[in-house]
Order: sequence, then structure tokens, then C-alpha cells
Amino acid sequence: MSDHKPTGIKRWLFTTNHKDIGTLYLWFAFTMFLVGGAMAMIIRAELMQPGMQVVDPLFFNSMTTMHGLIMVFGAVMPAMVGFANWMVPMMIGAPDMALPRMNNWSFWILPFAGTMLVSTLFMEGGGPAFGWTFYAPLSTTFAPKSTDFFIFAVHMLGFSSIMGAINIIATILNMRAPGMTLMKMPLFVWTWLITAFLLIAVMPVLAGAVTMMLTDRNFGTSFFSAAGGGDPVLFQHVFWFFGHPEVYIMILPAFGIVSQIIPTFARKQLFGYASMVYATAAIAFLSFIVWAHHMFTVGMPVAAELYFTYATVMIAVPTAVKVFNWTATMWKGAMTFETPMLWAVAFVFLFTIGGFTGLMLGVAPADFQYHDTYFVVAHFHYVLVTGAVFAIIAGVYYWLPKWTGNMYDEKLGKLHFWLSTISVNVLFFPQHFLGLAGMPRRIPDYAIQFAEFNFMSSLGGFAFGLSQLLFLFIVIKCIKGGEKATDKVWDNPEGLEWTVPSPAPYHTFETAPQIK
Amino acid sequence: MSASKTMKKIGSLLCAGLVMLLPATVFADYKLNMTPSVTAVGQDIYNLHMIILWIVTIVGILVFGVIIYSLINHRKSKGVTPATFHESATVEFVWTVIPFIILVIIAVPATKTLLAIEDTSKSDITIKATGWQWKWEYEYLDSGVRFFSNLDKASNEARQVKSGKDPRKVENYLLDVDNPIVVPVNKKVRILTTSNDVIHAWWVPELAVKRDAIPGFINESWFKAEKTGTYRGQCAELCGKDHGFMPIVVNVVSDSEYSDWLAKQKKAAADADAGAGKTWSKADLMARGKEVYEKNCQACHMANGEGGGPFPALKGSKVATTGPVAAHIDLVLKGKGMMPPFGTQLNAVDTAAVVTFERNAFGNNTGDVVQPSQVSK
Ligand SMILES: [Cu+2]
Repeated sequence: MSDHKPTGIKRWLFTTNHKDIGTLYLWFAFTMFLVGGAMAMIIRAELMQPGMQVVDPLFFNSMTTMHGLIMVFGAVMPAMVGFANWMVPMMIGAPDMALPRMNNWSFWILPFAGTMLVSTLFMEGGGPAFGWTFYAPLSTTFAPKSTDFFIFAVHMLGFSSIMGAINIIATILNMRAPGMTLMKMPLFVWTWLITAFLLIAVMPVLAGAVTMMLTDRNFGTSFFSAAGGGDPVLFQHVFWFFGHPEVYIMILPAFGIVSQIIPTFARKQLFGYASMVYATAAIAFLSFIVWAHHMFTVGMPVAAELYFTYATVMIAVPTAVKVFNWTATMWKGAMTFETPMLWAVAFVFLFTIGGFTGLMLGVAPADFQYHDTYFVVAHFHYVLVTGAVFAIIAGVYYWLPKWTGNMYDEKLGKLHFWLSTISVNVLFFPQHFLGLAGMPRRIPDYAIQFAEFNFMSSLGGFAFGLSQLLFLFIVIKCIKGGEKATDKVWDNPEGLEWTVPSPAPYHTFETAPQIK
Repeated sequence: MSASKTMKKIGSLLCAGLVMLLPATVFADYKLNMTPSVTAVGQDIYNLHMIILWIVTIVGILVFGVIIYSLINHRKSKGVTPATFHESATVEFVWTVIPFIILVIIAVPATKTLLAIEDTSKSDITIKATGWQWKWEYEYLDSGVRFFSNLDKASNEARQVKSGKDPRKVENYLLDVDNPIVVPVNKKVRILTTSNDVIHAWWVPELAVKRDAIPGFINESWFKAEKTGTYRGQCAELCGKDHGFMPIVVNVVSDSEYSDWLAKQKKAAADADAGAGKTWSKADLMARGKEVYEKNCQACHMANGEGGGPFPALKGSKVATTGPVAAHIDLVLKGKGMMPPFGTQLNAVDTAAVVTFERNAFGNNTGDVVQPSQVSK
């Protein structure tokens, strides 16, 4: 078996290899993570003290907007697709993705979409400054000219995601090795299968929303303008019909990664495999019928507010099942705490905190006080940073030896973990207090009573941001060399990926393995 | 390990958890929890918040306690061999049903509170709050009193980029306005929210009202304050550049103070109408014009009239110097491009005053005096 492949830039431009494409996705995601992170640093610098010291209010708004868009569409989603590319074929015993050429295309759209999105910042009138949720009419009638480029970028990102999702579904449903029945698939594969269906269902809805924006802006329609018979609130319904499942698109693969890691380091199989699969499916289903809990204050009929409250809090049940399952998996295991396990355990704790505040936000009457405050900011950063991003980092440490053939520096990995975990809590925990005390989100300046916690939060933010440069260093160091990894890497991990050599050869499973 | 020893361990873990809660009391000066409300419904919301907070805290302590116990005791370095148990229909049934029961416990008070919040019937006073980029307009529908409420002058000066002014020295920084709304205590006040441009949200934490102000639609909400005092809030929906700078201030006063205030407002409105008929001195127009300018024009055209960025200078501009007065008035009333029409916000006196001011300030020195009678709407 030869690893024949073009070399240099051509290898990466024309590659149809799932491992190469996975690598591209992961590097793109990390780059965008740093870009979005730099914007977060600007935000925290401005908010460090009361008064306007660093940027003007309009630029501040475009920073919060771009930070959100870049982290969601540029960092977290592509990172998860990168994991899927690398791991799904190896986990199900397939030689590659089902549609390798489309795979190439779905990646290479991304850098162009990302560049177009970032370029809006340099256009006349400034970049989008209407929040990552881009509510009309602030994003239509009252938006800068660059908004049309933003719309185009979102369309391209959507194409990429849909193609990626089609590819993952086709791979999982058609390319499993003999004997790899659905209920034998690793949980990471399951979570991605369900995520891919979510993507196919909701990305077109987002495309619809931005297309309506485009025609409202340029072709005289009035979907979102009451003056022409439309309704600004329609935008929010359409957006959140996409936006709520989108949250699960980012977190379900994270559940999958953590469900791979915890059993390995507890040396004990996942407590309830089947119930984890069903819980994932239940969360995915519920994600379609709860969207309006993001918009309790728009003035819905009381019956709708009650319905969306009840449906929303129901999500706590399958989510609790997941947390209980991880707990029961650790219980009476023989745990060790290598870096991936540390991140996974922190994920269980901190994601659960985000889940608790999510439950609080789901109750409409209480949400009237929490809505659009820093309490919400704290909530979704616990879910997305200490949730999704922590799982991504855990996954990188877990599979990096398999990808590179070298062990990462365990000491530095642990240092990275402790620095990040402490600073991230200094960064986001005080934001709960700020929100409850009445600080609205998306403001560049605030009343004096919010000064102390904002200062604290900014310090945590700078420390967390700097810690991620250490991560970059650790990854590069590991690629360049280090202690050679064994095929199994860890102490007896489950899964086909550990049956191939480290680093994984360019082509794996050209003859399908037999699963008992 | 024996059962009693296990219990002891769990007990000490719980205590450790409680100690971690202690800083809450140490930090008593800082606000850590939801702002208590001065309305009955607001207090219900607060109580509901506390119920859920306690439930998740207890669940959190239990679940985290179990995990921490496991992290301490079930490690390889302690020489344990991993158990092999997995799947248990009973356990899985129990841990699915328990969260469900907790949710039902939360849903009952939540439903009650929500129904109370949404009952806007039998109100005593109705105030229409209209969001503008970036100020609030209030209209008392029962008495016809109508005014705009802007960020107060001291905050507005200190909040400019690199203003050199210390916000810590401004009283109620960013939470004060020039014209607060005044309502009587113990009366059901209905707030109708709508908008003139983008979506805003009218929020006063202590009154426990947060409702979106949506252009083309009217939303209803209400409060009945049980304590007199001044309650401050902010716009809660991102509404563009100065979203952070359009606060809301509500003065809750006694019935008699309220009727005094109403009478004063009505008289001021009548005076303004009378003022439109008389001839004003240049000095009076300039003084008034300066005030109007600071409140309405300065954010974009700057204090020195030199503008900046996309905003044109008034200093030495054709419109404000050699151009005809009528065109200048017309521009102020109808707006142009990014500039909103001020015709609905400024009365004839204010418009005449600000045009006079702009034609004579910043070294424009045209000597023009514009009388309210020249302003036709
Ligand atoms: Cu506003």
C-alpha cells in the first residue's frame, strides 16, 4: 500500500483524502478561533473599565457581531467537521468519505466565505454591527452596505455545511465495515449522524432568512417591514428556527467526543450506550420545537409563551440523562487523568452549569428579567466555550498522537488545561452576577455598579486568550516530534481507530475490517 | 468502603461546597443576585427565580458531589480494578423520571406568574413608550402629555470616546435622563411599547417589565409599583450605535405629586404653544438653541460643529451660513440621508432656536434671527 500523493500546495488544494481534509478543517477552525478570539480581546479591553477608551460604539458592535459569527461558523462548526472527516471513516472501518471530491469542495468554500465575511470590516460604512443574530430591521433598512457581502458569505458557509452533512450521512449509512451495525457505532459517529440531519434541515432555513433580507434590502420586498405589510418578528421566528438547532449542531458532536474519552480513561465502558443514542435523538427532536424561547419578550400570546416554556424545559430530561451517564461511567472506574480526560471532566462540570442556567432561561416569566442581559452571555459561553470548545480541545489531545504519531507534551498539556479552566471561570462566572444585577448585553459602556465584575471578567478573558497560544505551541511541537505513540496510544481504548498504526497511514481500511 | 464512611465523605464534600458559597455574603456590597422588585408580580418573578436557582444548586451539589467523590476514589493510582457494570433499566428509568418531576414542580409557579404578567386589563394609566435611535418618547394617552427622554448631559459628555472625563464621578452614570417619566404609586400603569425605527426593548429591572418595542406593532405590558422612588433601566435590545446610551428612568410618586407634575407638564406645553406666537430676542433663541443642539445634534455634528466621519460639518457649511433660512429649517424638520427628521420631535420654538443657534455659533456669525413664526410644519 503506497501513500502516493501530490506534494506541496497541490496536495492540499486538490486533496480528496479524508485525513488531509480533516486537517485542513481543523487548521482553518483554529485560525478563525484566533481571529474571533482577538475580537473578544478588543471587546474585553473596552469593557475593562467604565467609559469609552479603546473603540467607538459602532466598531464595538461590529466586534461583538463578527466575534459571534466567526466563532460559530468559522471555528466551532468547521472544527467539528474536521473531527468528522478524520475520525468517522476510521471509526466505522471505511477507506474514506463517501463523496471525496465534494469533500474537497465543501472545505475550500470556507476560506473564501471566511475572507469575505472578515473583509466587510474594511468596507465603507463598516462591517455588520447588528449582532450575530442580525435582527431586522437593524440588519435590513438600517444596516451598512457591507451587509450584502455578509449575506453572500452566509450563503457560502451554508453550502459548505450542507455538503459536509450530506457527505457524513452518506458515509455513515453506506460505508460501514461488515458487522458494524448502527447500534455498534461509536457514540461520536452517532452524534454526528444526528447532527448532519439537523444541518440539512436548518441550513436552508438560514439561507431563506438571509435571502429575504437580501430582497428586502435591494429589491423592494417587505418581508420584515411592517410598513409594507411584513413583520420584523417574522425574521426572529425564521432565524431561531435555524438558530436553536444550530446550538445542538455545535454541542452534539461535543457530547460524542466526551463520550469517547471518558470510557477510555475510566477504563470502563460507557454506562448506557443505547440511552445515550436515544437521548441524543430526543435532544435533536426537541431542538426543532422550542425556538421561540429566544424571543419571549417580543409579545407572543400567553399560550405560546406557556408552550415554549414547557417544551424548552423538557430538554433538561435527555440532557440530564447524558450527564448521569457520564457520571455512572466514571463511577467505580479506574481513572487516570491525562490531558484529554482533564478537559472531558471539566466539560462535564462546566457544561452542566451552562445547562442549569439554560433551564433558568427557559422559564418565560423569569426570562423576562434575564433576557438580553449578561446572564445570557454567561450561559451560552458556558455551553459553547467550556462545552463545545473544551470538547474540541479534549478531542485534539485525545487523537493528536494518532494523527501525528507523536505524543504531545503532557506537562504543557496539563498546564494549558489548568490555565484555561481557571481563567475561563474568572472570565465568564462573574457575568452571571452582572446579568442578574441588570447589565444588558451588547453595550460598549456601563453603569459604575458593574465595574468590578467587568474588570475581573476582562482579566480572565486576557488570560484565557493567551492560554490558547500555548495550545498552538503544544500542537506544533507535537507535529514536529516527541515520544513515539503506540498504535493504541492509551491504555486499551475502544474503537477501530486504535487498530491502525500511529500516525494513521494515508489510506486506512482499504480492505474492510470484520466487526464481531 | 463501608456505607457510613461513604456518607461521612459525602457529608464533608457537601460542607466544602457550602463553604464555597460563602463569598456570596462577603461580597454583599456587590450585587450578585437578581434585583428585587417593587411590584407584586416582580416579586413573584424573583421568588420563581430563587426556586429554580435553589433547585439547580441542590441538584448541582448532588451531581457534582458524586462526580468529585468518584474522581477522588475511583482512580487507577489507588489500585482499584474497574467495575464492569453497565446499563440498568431501573437506574435509567429513575434518572429520567426525577428530572421530569422537578420540571413539573417548576412549571406550576411559572405558569401562575406568567398569567399574572400577561393580564394587562383594568389599568389606571396608559403610557406609550416609543423607541427612537437613541432615545425614548413618552406619551400619556389619558392626559396628552408628550415628551422625549434623552441620556442626561453629564453622562453624555463622559461617555464620548476618550472624553477625559471620569465616569465614576458622574452620578448615575448612563442611568440618568433629562426627562424621567413620572407615575403614581399603587396604580396599574400600562406601558404600550412601539418603535420609530429598529427594535428596542423597554426594561426597568425593579419594575420587572421588559418588552420589545417593535416598529409597526404595539406591545402591552404593565406594572404597579408599591413603593415610591426612582427606578432606572436601559434599552435591552441591540438597536445600533448608541444602544448602550438610551436609559429609562421612572419616578414613582404619591398621587398628589403626580397630579402636580401633570399640571406642570400641561402648562409647559401651553407655554410652548404661546411662545410660538411671540417674537423672541436673539439672546433667548441662542440660549435655547444651544440646549436643543446639545440634546439632538451634538452626537453627530459634534460640539464644535465640525462633524466627523460620515457626519457633515455645520461650521462654515453652506446650509448654515449663506444658504436660505427656509432650506435650513426644512432640512432640520425633514432630515436627509442618515439624519432623522426632527419635525416630530422639536416644536416651532425649538426649531427656530436651533436654526438661529447653528447660523450664529461655531463662528458662522450670519446674524440671522429665526422666529418660530417662520417655522411652518
Ligand atoms: Cu434601543
